[in-house]
Amino acid sequence: MTRLFASLRIALRALMVNKMRSALTMLGIIIGVSAVIAMIAVGSGAKKRIAEQIASMGSNLLIVMSGSSTSGGLRFGMGTVPTLTVEDAKAIQVEIPGVKYVAPNLGGVAQVIFGNQNWSTIVNGTTPEVLDIREWPLASGRSFTQQDVDGAAKVCLVGKTVAENLFGGSDPTGQIIRIKNVPFTVLGVLAPKGQSTWGQDQDDIIFVPLRTAQKRLFGMQFPGMVKQIAVQAREPELMKDVENQINDLLRQRHRIQPAQDNDFTVRNLTEVMASAEQSANVMSLLLGAIASISLIVGGIGIMNIMLVSVTERTREIGIRIAVGAKGNDILLQFLIESLVLSLIGGIMGIGVGVVGTIVLAAFTQWPTLFSMQAILLAFLFSGSVGVFFGFYPARKASLLNPIEALRYE
Amino acid sequence: MTDTVIQVRDLVKVYSLGEVEVQALRSVSLLIGRGEFVAIMGASGSGKSTFMNILGFLDRPTSGQYLLEGMSGEKLSMDELAEIRNRKIGFVFQGFNLLSRTSALENVELPLVYAGAPTSKRKEMAQMALAEVNLKGREHHHPSQLSGGEQQRVAIARALVNQPSIILADEPTGNLDSKTSVEIMGVFQRLNGEKGITIIMITHEPDIAAFAKRNILFKDGRIVDDHPNSTPTAAVPGGGVR
Repeated sequence: MTRLFASLRIALRALMVNKMRSALTMLGIIIGVSAVIAMIAVGSGAKKRIAEQIASMGSNLLIVMSGSSTSGGLRFGMGTVPTLTVEDAKAIQVEIPGVKYVAPNLGGVAQVIFGNQNWSTIVNGTTPEVLDIREWPLASGRSFTQQDVDGAAKVCLVGKTVAENLFGGSDPTGQIIRIKNVPFTVLGVLAPKGQSTWGQDQDDIIFVPLRTAQKRLFGMQFPGMVKQIAVQAREPELMKDVENQINDLLRQRHRIQPAQDNDFTVRNLTEVMASAEQSANVMSLLLGAIASISLIVGGIGIMNIMLVSVTERTREIGIRIAVGAKGNDILLQFLIESLVLSLIGGIMGIGVGVVGTIVLAAFTQWPTLFSMQAILLAFLFSGSVGVFFGFYPARKASLLNPIEALRYE
Repeated sequence: MTDTVIQVRDLVKVYSLGEVEVQALRSVSLLIGRGEFVAIMGASGSGKSTFMNILGFLDRPTSGQYLLEGMSGEKLSMDELAEIRNRKIGFVFQGFNLLSRTSALENVELPLVYAGAPTSKRKEMAQMALAEVNLKGREHHHPSQLSGGEQQRVAIARALVNQPSIILADEPTGNLDSKTSVEIMGVFQRLNGEKGITIIMITHEPDIAAFAKRNILFKDGRIVDDHPNSTPTAAVPGGGVR
């Protein structure tokens, strides 16, 4: 123990002798460690944002879209012909056990007027379950009910963006707005959700009861039809089963022959999100790898300086060996020296990395996230860089021939 | 002088420099008893430095036998030899070989660090050794703040601190003026006389060798002369010759 302490003191003194050199060598490690910290923070910030967006979409979500139509050999895009009905939605709810909530919807863009303000937004006719599926609470007021849907009540819920544009600061609850010139009573305001993964403003929306939308707003051409059915599975593991069962059920209900294409499409949103998350993972891995390279370059700097130091201090090593230092004593002395260099560099690098990331986040508005593990990892990594790159010079020192070392000028 | 400290028989050392073989030592045999003060003389290339390195366990002979207090280093590892050097041998070099930027006290402590002595004991023993060479009060001076003679005395204190069996001095006065040289010889004579420490010293100056009690002459890797010096020059403490 006293020996270790003595070695530590010798190492610190040796580093103090060449302050400038030690500082520059540390700079390599500081840059490397701070880059690793910053990159991990940016990477995990991006991952966290994606995770939040997934949560805001609603978990375990499947979207059934009414499908493409084929007319005289021409195949049209998805949703061109509404093929889904409210009965399809009910059948999915009743017949597939893995389904928790079902919310059919029919919507489109419509002009909305309140007083002398007007605003174009997405109006979605749906059922109250949509708020459960998307885990979307109300900021104020109340939601519409199944009775409102059945009775085609002229009521609505508005998103935050719509509320701001039509009502400014005042409370919209209880006010009458006109959608496509039909008067609707605002029952409540949705809590803000922010942007979706693809940058769409999710708060720019109005929910109305499905029957109302069918009868009053969009249903003239295809009565009883819906555009989409949002389906929430009970468990993430059931997603695949539910998807297959919806396929089978709807093919049967729509009387599609085995050789024919579906007239609907089932989209697994969790899968879409998973791939987004995966690309975020790849990105943070890539950033981390690039940052690690700078740490390795810093390590080479340590090795270089330690080799110079060993050569410079050949005579000192000779003296130490002559008075009884063993190979391991010399090895330890130089190893501790490089370890001290790299660990001090590591600690300073953590400081620079954290401050740098906070500054970066403030300027770029990027989401960043520090984790204790990442900081600890960077610290340990810098230490192992010190040991790894310090070992060769230290070993070289420990193997010096004392006679030649003492003669060294 | 019945107790033999160093026992050397048929010592041979051959260096191979590429294709050429250099015979540094050709069959050297020698006995040195406890409490002797031996001066080894010889021109450069006579093999005296090689001999010293072998005596100090810094080098191994090509053949022959060397026993320090009856113990051979032949089969020992480098680390074991380091331990013997640490415990039994004190080195004094021509160029002092002190660690710069390190106080006199810490320089003297160095062998004790490698012996694993606890800090407080190290300090105490180093202070005693420095007092032995009349450097009390200069413990915290760095080598650059000391004169050549003082630096060499720090080196002697370092050689003494582990209470070794022998002190090996390689041209200890080579870098010193004649007055300081006498001062150093005075230190050696006192340590040899009062403490009975065995000292083996290399020198090429006859008047320095005259301070020793026995003179050995090397030539071409052999001992050509070995005689006791019945009237060694006496160094008066504080310099000057009596």
